[in-house]
Amino acid sequence: MAHSYTPGLTVTERTTVRRRRILPLPGSVLVQVGDAVRADTAVARAELPGKVVPLNLANQLGIAPDEINDYLVKKEKDSVQKDDVLAENKPFIKWFKTEIRSPITGKVESVSTITGQILLREPPRVLELRGYIDGVVAEVHPEQGVTVESTCSLVQGIFGIGGETSGELVMGVKAPDQPLLPEQLNASMKGKVVVGGAFLSAATMARAKELGIVGLVVGGIHDKDLRALLGYDLGVAITGTEQVGFTLILTEGFGTIPMAPKTFALLSAHAGQKASISGATQIRAGVIRPEIIIPHSGPAAATKVAQTEREGIQLGDPVRVIRDPLFGKIGAVSGLPSELRAIPTESEVRVLEVRFPDGTTTVVPRANIEVIEGA
Amino acid sequence: MTAAQQSPATSNPTHPLNVIVATDCGSTTTKAILIEKVGNEYRQTYRGEAPTTVEAPFEDVTRGVLNAIAEIEELSGRTILDGDRIITPNQAAQGDPKRGVDIYVSTSSAGGGLQMMVTGVVQNMTGESAQRAALGAGAIVIDVLASNDGRLPYEKIERIRTMRPDMILMSGGTDGGAVTHVVEMAEYIAAAEPRPRFGSTYRLPLVYAGNKDAQPQVNKILGEKTALEFADNIRPVLERENLAPARNKIHDLFLEHVMQQAPGYKKLIEMADAPIMPTPAAVGVIMETIAKREGINLIGVDIGGATTDVFSVFGGLFNRTVSANLGMSYSISNVLAEAGLDNIMRWVPFTIDEQTLRNRIKNKMVRPTTIPQSLDELQIEHAIAREALRLALIHHKSLATGLKGVQQERTISDVFEQRTSGKTLIDLLKLDLIVGSGGILSHAPRRIQSMLMMVDAYEPLGVTTLSVDSIFMMPHLGVLSTVNEQAATDVFVRDCMVYLGTCIAPIGQGKDGERCADYEVALPDGHIEKGTLAFGDLKLFSLTREQHATVTLQPSKQVDLGEGPGQSFTRTVTGGVVGLMLDGRGRPLQLPTEQAARVAMLTRWYNAVGLYPKGS
Repeated sequence: MAHSYTPGLTVTERTTVRRRRILPLPGSVLVQVGDAVRADTAVARAELPGKVVPLNLANQLGIAPDEINDYLVKKEKDSVQKDDVLAENKPFIKWFKTEIRSPITGKVESVSTITGQILLREPPRVLELRGYIDGVVAEVHPEQGVTVESTCSLVQGIFGIGGETSGELVMGVKAPDQPLLPEQLNASMKGKVVVGGAFLSAATMARAKELGIVGLVVGGIHDKDLRALLGYDLGVAITGTEQVGFTLILTEGFGTIPMAPKTFALLSAHAGQKASISGATQIRAGVIRPEIIIPHSGPAAATKVAQTEREGIQLGDPVRVIRDPLFGKIGAVSGLPSELRAIPTESEVRVLEVRFPDGTTTVVPRANIEVIEGA
Repeated sequence: MTAAQQSPATSNPTHPLNVIVATDCGSTTTKAILIEKVGNEYRQTYRGEAPTTVEAPFEDVTRGVLNAIAEIEELSGRTILDGDRIITPNQAAQGDPKRGVDIYVSTSSAGGGLQMMVTGVVQNMTGESAQRAALGAGAIVIDVLASNDGRLPYEKIERIRTMRPDMILMSGGTDGGAVTHVVEMAEYIAAAEPRPRFGSTYRLPLVYAGNKDAQPQVNKILGEKTALEFADNIRPVLERENLAPARNKIHDLFLEHVMQQAPGYKKLIEMADAPIMPTPAAVGVIMETIAKREGINLIGVDIGGATTDVFSVFGGLFNRTVSANLGMSYSISNVLAEAGLDNIMRWVPFTIDEQTLRNRIKNKMVRPTTIPQSLDELQIEHAIAREALRLALIHHKSLATGLKGVQQERTISDVFEQRTSGKTLIDLLKLDLIVGSGGILSHAPRRIQSMLMMVDAYEPLGVTTLSVDSIFMMPHLGVLSTVNEQAATDVFVRDCMVYLGTCIAPIGQGKDGERCADYEVALPDGHIEKGTLAFGDLKLFSLTREQHATVTLQPSKQVDLGEGPGQSFTRTVTGGVVGLMLDGRGRPLQLPTEQAARVAMLTRWYNAVGLYPKGS
């Protein structure tokens, strides 16, 4: 394929990100272009329609559906309080009177003379959309939301669970190949984002939850621990809505895999600063990766950073092998043969040569490497 | 369903069709093929592909189409594009045969394909009929709501609200029957105020194909809230299903509404010289065409990265299902979740600890475009494919059924047979052909690997021919067949279908090594191979598609080849690139549960047919 290459994960000290903050349905925007916002600033608000509760009045009153209008006390669009009488019959003897009371507070949405049904709707719920990152409102989408722009350091992970949150970045380990152990977590990490190294276990996750740590960033975990954490076997990598007590981001993959040195060094350099993180992952067309955004403050933050567009894999590019048997190894491209080569499976594929830091080289299918992006 | 029934986007070209370019816009890759008339027949000559560009930053599907076509230009030396325009017709008459094409056609499943929600009154009657109608139209059914589906009314409303389908199909009630339930469902839909997946400015298309007496009420309730269209009732009477009008309406709305909202599709519709078809609908057309032309029963499968589509034609009845989360990359982890680790491990000819395997599968899920580099990785993927294929067929069998709830006439001979209505139509003994498609089957390093994956997953009975789509061009040919059937048929026969061979599998079980059947295979060179097929044996004979062999089997007493237990069987069969396979492993296929015995058994089978390189 002449036009494609394996897109990699961005790990960069300085970039400009734009994040669209869009309401699920039309509402009002609370900020203006140029406003400075923080991660927890409400930028837009919408009213989510309330729950609908159907009641079959005809059945409950023992009448034909087309007669219900004669029995209604509340009409379409009327407001109702919980236990208000919605409909009643008018028997000759009071003793036989049946009253149908509203199970909710809200309003009468509709009345059907075909089914004998009345639909009640609860009051709308207000939804406030937060800024997610510290930055500036770059664009307002009327009634829909805003785009927030921030100059920041950016680390994309490969997989995450849990939604958006923010907190101070803390290093839990000293080196990228160390595992993050439960005893390395302490009460001072409450509300913070803790960075581990190569691995963290189920026990570490349990401890993090107990301490109120809002985010964990680590090289890898075991699938069985993920299953235990979620309570089910994750089938498809579409995440972001899980509620497990913290947001988890894997930078490398599943297993014990040292965090890429560049990623670890970048996060270490920003320890103590505030980071916005999201575990939302969508591995389909239109990929969404989990991310760690560390906004830069000060005047330099206002200058935009030119985004470079990658043309393809080039000699010297830092790459990560993303398939066994060398999964997780990091090196640089040292050869780009154009012809197809037979690999041990007997498939003939395009390959490239990677040189590892110890000087050894190996040939890997191009599909099995990932460029580590970002200057 | 035919394209003639659809409203064509443009009129058919009047010039002769000598050069055709076709694309399929998949969820990740856009694949283009070039078809040229060589002498009197059409042949597929070049192929190009490029990433699909429905999503940001491009948000224009035609970019990927142009890139894929540009690759064909590079490979073929033909000029097809003039900027962003496809040059039509071919300029041969102007003395430049290497410039332009005569027609451009396309299918699409980009952006997640056509996602539908369907409703019925009784779940396994009108609910299932509606599901079949939507699936047959090429949709992914994201939920089936029915009056008796066990959900409380407010749960139904919440569900309709949270789902964001591209379209809703409503069914329910027989014509002239009660209207209450179907009107009730309309009220729930109205209360939920469903919103379409793409765009917030247009109304959600809704096809009503239920009791026609309820049309005025449904119109009153939903007419203003949705883009409502009426089609004939899909179940006018209990005993009959009438899916075609609803399917055609779905196709029309797909083009008129859904596709218009997807990024760049307006341009794509203008570029194409025939209506754009949903990819699975186009594959369905091809499957139906083969079955009809050859007068056979078939099962077709397209195993992709995210989904597995199964098509079947039995006794002329076409069915399609899509298992939305069974696939070999994006959904690979879901195959593990649904099949269970033991079911996957039973096909792996070595031992591996659970943690390593689980981590490897998850790593494939998060990096779906990687390929197996080592042999053991390939074997694990093939093991997972067997389970994905098996599960998708189970799903298909449950929906490809006769009509449920139909009263059956019983005679005295039926007294002891408690047959229920709604029996599956899939009868593997009557199955003539299995057609496989999708990366793992089309691109397996050895063709025998594709053949054995399908045989192990489907466990065909008796005599069954197997084939694969050479480079995944069935969707292209499906849409092409609606414009020029000859071109589609020529390419299909010569370039698309790769016949793998014939599998003969006796039904019955026995101890490993016990006699299953005596065989005699009269090969085309006059040589006769004779021997005993023991339980646990796999035997492979070289036989091409053009050659014929006469096979006689004398099964042991309890073994059946479709003629009855112990009855002798003779059949003339053809082969393929793999050949003729006698499968004495028994049906149902059983594998030892003890690990060492299982590995030994698998190794024996795999070596018997040369499945993997020696020394593996």
